Amino acid sequence: MINILYFASFREVLGQAEEQLPVTHSTVSELLSELAARGDHWKVALADNANLQIAVNHDVASRETVIKAGDEIAFFPPVTGG
Amino acid sequence: MSDTPFIKIQQDDFDLTTEVAKLRQGHKDIGAVVSFVGTVRDINEGDEVSVLELEHYPRMTEKALEKIRLEAHERWKLESSLIIHRIGKMYPTDQIVLVAVSSRHRENAFHAAHFIMDYLKTNAPFWKKETLPNGEERWVDSRVSDKEAEQRWAK
Repeated sequence: MINILYFASFREVLGQAEEQLPVTHSTVSELLSELAARGDHWKVALADNANLQIAVNHDVASRETVIKAGDEIAFFPPVTGG
Repeated sequence: MSDTPFIKIQQDDFDLTTEVAKLRQGHKDIGAVVSFVGTVRDINEGDEVSVLELEHYPRMTEKALEKIRLEAHERWKLESSLIIHRIGKMYPTDQIVLVAVSSRHRENAFHAAHFIMDYLKTNAPFWKKETLPNGEERWVDSRVSDKEAEQRWAK
């Protein structure tokens, strides 16, 4: 299984903060395609979003990053701290 | 929780004098301390702001901040450094963030504090949501100017 986290506006738009999915994808990009199939909200917020920020196991990642069982994958909008 | 006493993510406010004293403790070779305190404005994008709520990604935040802090130590000769970032609800005039660095000479401390703040703005997973006086809530958009500020430090 992989653990997926959604933060800030994504959590609100997608209606959830966290979920677990079986590993059927080899990269973040493949995971995004699966999530996009859930509907427009998902497609617009994640797969089609040029400003999408991705982290795998607490490090900045990209759509090409390889994922494996036990990974924590987070999706969030550009950060606005400070 | 943070693995280092030099990174703190907390709901509580902080006291600049106390924190700077801790930063200087045990370092007799310090000749310069630079600190930056970010505070909550009562106006953003032309609208009055009543409440600012800070969300973060636990664990990744600490990791990202520690990476920024260590990079500052690699780039400039520093004696000590500290980053405190608050989370949760804050109100206009509240303190949000503290970056403090010490070095033997002022030049390094000035540069390092500036660098840490610029990188924190674009690399640490925090998100701001503001509430307007009419109760409307909105997520704060990232700024192109922050990205440009980060790029001035590109090697």
